[in-house]
Amino acid sequence: MSEDDPGADDDREDDPGADGGCENDPERFERLPATADERGVEGRATRQEVVDFWDERFGVPPETFEAFTFWEKGAGKVWALHGDAPSPIEVEALGMTFLRTRQEHWKPTTDAVQRFGRAATENVIELPREHARRFVAGEDLEPEWDGDWGYLIVAHELVGGLEPLGVGLFTYGTLQSMVPKGRRRDL
Amino acid sequence: MDVLARYESLVDDYEAFLAACERPLPQAVRVNGIKASRPADEEDAVERVREAFADEGVEATPADWNPRVLRVDTDEPGNTWPYVHGWVHGQEEVSALPPVVLDPQPGEAVWDAAAAPGSKTTQVADLLDDRGLLVANDSNLGRLSALRSNAERLGVTNVAVTNQDARNFSLNPFEVDAFDRALVDAPCSCEGTIRKNPTVLDDWTQGHVESVAGIQKGILRRAVQATTPGGVVVYATCTFAPEENEAVLDHVLDREDCNVVDYEVGLETSPGITEWDGEQFDERVREAKRVYPHQNDTGGFFCAKLEVGE
Repeated sequence: MSEDDPGADDDREDDPGADGGCENDPERFERLPATADERGVEGRATRQEVVDFWDERFGVPPETFEAFTFWEKGAGKVWALHGDAPSPIEVEALGMTFLRTRQEHWKPTTDAVQRFGRAATENVIELPREHARRFVAGEDLEPEWDGDWGYLIVAHELVGGLEPLGVGLFTYGTLQSMVPKGRRRDL
Repeated sequence: MDVLARYESLVDDYEAFLAACERPLPQAVRVNGIKASRPADEEDAVERVREAFADEGVEATPADWNPRVLRVDTDEPGNTWPYVHGWVHGQEEVSALPPVVLDPQPGEAVWDAAAAPGSKTTQVADLLDDRGLLVANDSNLGRLSALRSNAERLGVTNVAVTNQDARNFSLNPFEVDAFDRALVDAPCSCEGTIRKNPTVLDDWTQGHVESVAGIQKGILRRAVQATTPGGVVVYATCTFAPEENEAVLDHVLDREDCNVVDYEVGLETSPGITEWDGEQFDERVREAKRVYPHQNDTGGFFCAKLEVGE
């Protein structure tokens, strides 16, 4: 694997509490700037970039996030809040952990994909039931996939609809389960 | 000591009460509309969840009083697809009562004063349609991780989690002067959970009851103060001890501008009591409801609805 491989970081478990080594106050949330022109903190993602990421990578329409604000706590962890709050704000959690930025390949969280991933139209890989079981158990799979490499939304069919399970990292023919340890299940 | 014997004079059918306390609790889950609903279609979230359970051979039967609560015939509802997707949350049936009584309306500002591990917080979020500011506080930092992971699995995005002593909670971080509603699901001696935790009474002492009652009074007072005039505060415990229930209401009625009001719920309940251990309580505590295990085959519970003075 190359040095900038998106799987090389240690956030296979998207534990929202593991904020080791960040330069900001880990309890301080700051709202993302709307656009690059308003950016005050170096390296911080903008709202526009976040919305564009979901649109371009997964085809999730930007209007999905109209009522949401985005916040950074620590280095690169972006949270999504339905509504708004004063910025900065010192609380333990604000909305849900949503997206890991400040790395070459941005990575959505399992919870964000489950919450918003039904609206995705691109880079969604549908697994048959047996593979879905193995995926939520944390196993790596070798599915048929001739689409993009990188982070995919992994889904399966459940009572008549496609339901997102989480995030998988597809490289070299392997789909690596990004389901955090605490969310894995043997079904 | 035989703790339950304290309540022989309160319970209508003491033998049935004791027998129920010895039976294990039925497994129940609550349907989470935030993730089980699909806005684009008309299919009901409850039906979708029941169908998903049925596909796994699990029968899920809605409770009469609250169709969002399903009794399930599996010992491991956590190892099912509906759970993995956050369509359901494992939650004891009677513990789904306080958010229903609170009746939050989408867009309102709501405070959950003692929120961890988040079963009722996430239910409030669902009733809010995940809209409006929901402040979930707990004084115990260690328990916040359970609250956060439950909120995230259930797809809650309108919650701010705080770690304050609820008794002197500060609204400073937020741009609100007061909450529209507040839930005090108070830390308590948990006597009513005996069906789930058969050893819960082993360490029971009068001293602990008195000490936790002091905390409860402080939290409930702060909740009344932090709620807007005309707003609603719900006080709930999972214990039978009047010291932690009616006595707490009596204390707060005496010191804050609020009233205990009646509410309707399709469960068999008993009214709050006005006398205990030689002490008389404000007559208004009758409007609170006691839930004994034999009445609805649930855990034991206490739940009061308060209205803050205009």
